[in-house]
Order: sequence, then structure tokens, then C-alpha cells
Amino acid sequence: MGLLPLIASGAVVRRRENLLIGPVDLRLDGTGITIVIGPNGSGKTSLLSMLHGVLRLSGGDIIWACPLAEARRKQGFVFQSPILLRRSVRENLTYPLSLLKTPRNEARAKAVDWAARVGLGDALMHPARVLSGGERQKLALARALIRDPEVLFLDEPCSSLDGRATREIEEILTGAAHSGTRIIMSTHDMGQARRLGDEVVFMLGGKLLEFCPATAFFDAPETEQSRAFLRGDIVE
Amino acid sequence: MTDIWEGLVHAFRLLVALDPDLSEITLLSLRVTLTAVVIASALALPLAALLVVRRFRYRRTIIAVLNALMGLPPVVVGLIVYLLLSRSGPFGVFDLLFTPTAMIIAQVIIILPLIASIAHQSLRELWSDYHDLLISLNTTQPQRIGTLIWDGRRALLTAALAGFGRAIGEVGAIMIVGGNIDHATRVLTTAIALETGKGDFALALALGFVLIALAITVNIAIHWLTRTETEGRW
Repeated sequence: MGLLPLIASGAVVRRRENLLIGPVDLRLDGTGITIVIGPNGSGKTSLLSMLHGVLRLSGGDIIWACPLAEARRKQGFVFQSPILLRRSVRENLTYPLSLLKTPRNEARAKAVDWAARVGLGDALMHPARVLSGGERQKLALARALIRDPEVLFLDEPCSSLDGRATREIEEILTGAAHSGTRIIMSTHDMGQARRLGDEVVFMLGGKLLEFCPATAFFDAPETEQSRAFLRGDIVE
Repeated sequence: MTDIWEGLVHAFRLLVALDPDLSEITLLSLRVTLTAVVIASALALPLAALLVVRRFRYRRTIIAVLNALMGLPPVVVGLIVYLLLSRSGPFGVFDLLFTPTAMIIAQVIIILPLIASIAHQSLRELWSDYHDLLISLNTTQPQRIGTLIWDGRRALLTAALAGFGRAIGEVGAIMIVGGNIDHATRVLTTAIALETGKGDFALALALGFVLIALAITVNIAIHWLTRTETEGRW
């Protein structure tokens, strides 16, 4: 059974009585890349974390097409600052597979394959700490993709990377999207949003203001706030 | 100063001559302490990890109690273990009083809170780094505990070594429950206490130097074997 559609209805997260995000109503289906944009503090990270299940719901529902335990296994998440295990590159890659009880030889073969795909083939046995920022993010991305997730969430994966590293990450992402992984990622980079996005979610003040195809959003945004945001005005 | 110098010379002589009595009490010291450290670590490390990853009622109280028990008076522990293991005590039937096993039990009780508290502090920092990732990967609680213990093993080794340091130098509890019986429960610390009582300061100092050398050697050996210094930074 597939994961999608993902349906959020009236989903709300509160922290110490403060509303962090919501209520969010959203239906994600099909294939491609959905880009989440909005100013700082608009709720982009919270939206991704809430949909993925890292943030516990205070109200409403998030429903996947399959049972929750299965849904959690079929998702991946890449954090803005990559969280790497204090292990080698190979061990970072094999870790998610070991959780699924994948045989060791098979896991190692996959790790070698993915390390080569993201350009870390020569660094397989290096400790993850010696990698550069771009390499760390690529490792985190490979570790998320090694389980063949049906849905992959990424929180500003290129926010601190230079142009070359950003291009490499984008190539991996478009490759994953073409292979059938549904991608939902946040970004501050409007160029990246235009390059990658099939759909756009516009967030402001913890609310989902707009959700539409990327071309429609960039050509004819519906709300005054999104028009102002695209003009480069300060939106709060 | 003369006593200290004589003690050093005496220690050197005993070591060079591989004195059988010294060897026996040194080996017993090592056996009792290492066994206690292994047992205490096997209990304390998972406990520390559990306190880190699981939120439950009275968790903070348990952490506070563990921290407080780090300063547990060994003599009191010895007395309690004595009462428990004595013939009229609840575990008297096992006939463990004045045996190395009784000494191990006392040492485990003394060092378990110390190892658990230090381990908890280290694992808490690691957990704050790993939290979102391990939640995201949908790990089970045993998987989280296993990951934290494995990735934090070098810091946990320091916790275990702190326990070793406290146990190898402990005298009050093991004197009470071991009885300092020659060729049975005499270890370095109780032998030092005995020789000091007899006024043989040179021999007491010599045993003291052997004890210090033993503690340093074990620490260096474990650091070297686990490459803590060369691979300590992940």
C-alpha cells in the first residue's frame, strides 16, 4: 500500500499554550516536488516536522494512506543542519538499514552505492566529522534516500551551501523525484523554488496561506502577502 | 621524607621480587574491583540511557537521588551489606559474608550511582544532538538506548574508569564485609590499613605505591586499548 495521499485536517501544534502552527488543511498526492516557502518564523520547519511526525499534534489529524507505523518507515527527513552519527560515513549510511534488520552485506553494498552516487565514494571510511558542510548535507541526504522513502521531507537543505554544492544536492533531489520519491522541502531561495518546485506552499505566521502549482504561484499569486513576499517586501 | 623514600624502595623491591603475598592481594584487588566495575557498568549504563530517552513520573527524582548517592559513605554501605549478609540477615543463607563476593556487592552499590550519574550527563548531551534524527528514523526505545551507548562509548568509558578509581581505593566497606582475612579477602587497601595499624609505614607506603601504579596502569591500558585519545573526537 502506498503512503499517499497525505491529508492534514485542522492540524495544530502548540507549545506551552502558544500556537506554533495551524490549523493546517492540506492534501498531498501524486508525484514531484512541493516547495514550502515563507519568511523566517512563518512555520516552514514546523509544517514539515508536523507532517513527518517529529512534532506531536495538539489537535486535528494527519492521515496517511497506510497505517502510521508503516508510514513512518516509508518517510525520510533531512534537517537544515545535518545530524550525523558519531561514526564513519559508511556507518552513517548503513544505520537506517540496520534498524530495518537489513543483512549487513546488503547494507554495506547499498552504502557503497549511495556514497558513490553523492560523490563520497572515497570518503566511505572517514569519520563523518571531517566532511565539509556540503558533504555532510549530501551524506544526510543519501542516508535519508538509502531506505527508498516514498516521501522525503527536507528542511532548507541548501541554506548554508555554495552554488556548486547546491547544484549537486538539487541533482540528487530531481533524480530521487524522477525515481518516484515524493519530495516536500522548504527553502528561502526563490531561484531554487522556481527550479525545483512543481507545487508551492506559502506559509505565514504559522498559517498555510497558499497551496497551488508552482507556475500559478509565481505567475499569479492569490494573496496580497504572497505578492508582497515575491516582490521582496518584508512580510510579517 | 625517609619513610616515603623507604616506601618507594620497598615497593620497587616487592615488585621486582614478584613477592607472592603482594601478587595475591594485588590480583584479588583487581579481580574484585574489575568485577564490580563490570557489573555496575552493565546496570548503570542502560539505566543512564533510559533516564535520558524516556520521560516518566519521578524521573527527575531518580536522577537527583542518583546524584546524591554519588557521595554514599562506604562505611554505611559496608554496614548495610554486612547486616544483609550476616547469618541473621535476609541473605545469610548464601553464606557470603567475609568473601570476595560480599566485597564485590558492596563495591557495586558504592560505584553504581557514580557511573550512572556521569554516564547520564554524557548521554544527555549526545541525546540532545541525536534526538530529532532518532525520532525521525522511527527508532524504538531499545534502539535509541543502544545507539546512545555505542556512540557515547568513549565518554561512558570515562564513567566506568571513575567507578574503577573509586572502587580500587575503597577501604571502609570492604573491610567490614570482607574482614581483611589473609589469603582470602585481603586486598591492597585493607592491607595498607593493617600495616599502618601495625606501624610498618614502609610496607604500608610500598603497598600504597603499588596501588597507585595499578590504578594508573589500568587507566592507561584501557585508554590505549580503546584509543580514546586518538579517536576521541568523532
